[in-house]
Amino acid sequence: MNKYLSALTNGIIKENPTFVLLLGMCPTLATTTNALNGLSMGLATTFVLICSNSMISLLKKLIPDSVRIPAFIVVIAGFVTVVQMLIKAYLPELDKSLGIFIPLIVVNCVVLGRAESIASKSSVGISLLDGIGIGLGFSLSLTILGAVREMLGTGSIFGLKIYPDNYASLLFVLAPGAFVVLGFLIAFKNHLSNRKQA
Amino acid sequence: MKKLSSTLPNMILSLTIICLVISFLLGVMYAITAKPIAEAETKAKIDAIKVVVPPFDNNPFEEKLSIALPGIDTPFTVYPAKKGGAPVGYAVESYTTKGFSGRFDMMVGFDMEDNLIDFSILKHEETPGLGAKMQEWFTSPAKGEGVIRDFRNVNIPAHQPLKVTKDGGTVDAITAATITSRAFLDGIECAYSVYRAAKEQSFDKANIIEGEEKGKDASSSSANREPQNEDKNAPSGASAQENSSSASNKASSTATGTSPSTRQ
Repeated sequence: MNKYLSALTNGIIKENPTFVLLLGMCPTLATTTNALNGLSMGLATTFVLICSNSMISLLKKLIPDSVRIPAFIVVIAGFVTVVQMLIKAYLPELDKSLGIFIPLIVVNCVVLGRAESIASKSSVGISLLDGIGIGLGFSLSLTILGAVREMLGTGSIFGLKIYPDNYASLLFVLAPGAFVVLGFLIAFKNHLSNRKQA
Repeated sequence: MKKLSSTLPNMILSLTIICLVISFLLGVMYAITAKPIAEAETKAKIDAIKVVVPPFDNNPFEEKLSIALPGIDTPFTVYPAKKGGAPVGYAVESYTTKGFSGRFDMMVGFDMEDNLIDFSILKHEETPGLGAKMQEWFTSPAKGEGVIRDFRNVNIPAHQPLKVTKDGGTVDAITAATITSRAFLDGIECAYSVYRAAKEQSFDKANIIEGEEKGKDASSSSANREPQNEDKNAPSGASAQENSSSASNKASSTATGTSPSTRQ
């Protein structure tokens, strides 16, 4: 029971893909221009993680070692395409705002990384829980990053105006601001972990 | 059961089966989502049309026309906007291939008096911060005398030939994005030619229907349009009466009549 629980909670703090593993940085920086986009991207990636981790774990005995990368990619790409079709059909505004980053989930290192290190070596239960945990951690970090950038860059969060945008700095909505905020958030997280250890 | 060894037949079999399973899954998902995706795209198009033409109460998508211009292979799609059966405007899906990064598409709306109501850039790959500013630039007021920048509610024939100031015209091009601006004007000119052709075509159709139905709105709007056409361009007016046979003949011959005057 303990190992299942730890598989689930691992990805949220201890092995958070954005602040600890530093994986999947490209979509992280590009789609967190506001909190809603960050959250949506995180949830789409979570869906792919859950499906691909489960399927790869189910098939792990049937995939010879030399062809494991192409096999993982085919599975991941299949599920990303499913997500893209669903978003195009039922959430077209999201399709417009996330654009090309939905198909780019295929090359997100988080998904392939978890497939290689967890899903191909663990039971379906562990893989599924790991997918959920990492996905939640990713969504959490993207939402936080998006919220900070939106707050500093436009004066609102999730579209709700907090302060007038003349006082906001557009830098945070653009690429350099993304790096700056990410750096500070990682430093803050490390500071908290160091304090806890000491 | 130990993991499969990496022999050639194993590898081929494993990958093939995985690909087949995933393909099946994708096929099923495609079948499920095909209709909602098509509906979402239609709704997006109708929303784009709503922005560019005067208020209407018909379904422009259902009544769309296909107009061919001479020398261009693919026909253009025109969406007529009507209120109470009478046309109030046309939304033309136009494009230009002369953009800085190639082709871009636009939806241009006209009313019945040759005025451009509004436009919407649909799809483009122009440089962000330069050419990509077209939508904002060409809907903002001009700075200076004798130049136009805001294309909304502009009477097109009054400002033809549409050229940027660099080429001797009156249109204020985007700073440091002359090529994109020229391409934009090309798209507008193209849309205008298609609009004229569509108007002629409907005018003609209305004339035929007029004889068959009494008390339809079409008769009053075609009466309004008639003097305007004859004033505008005598040769075009004459050819409009000559060829009332087939619709496409109509459109291309009228377009030929108007093209020389619009594309200088």
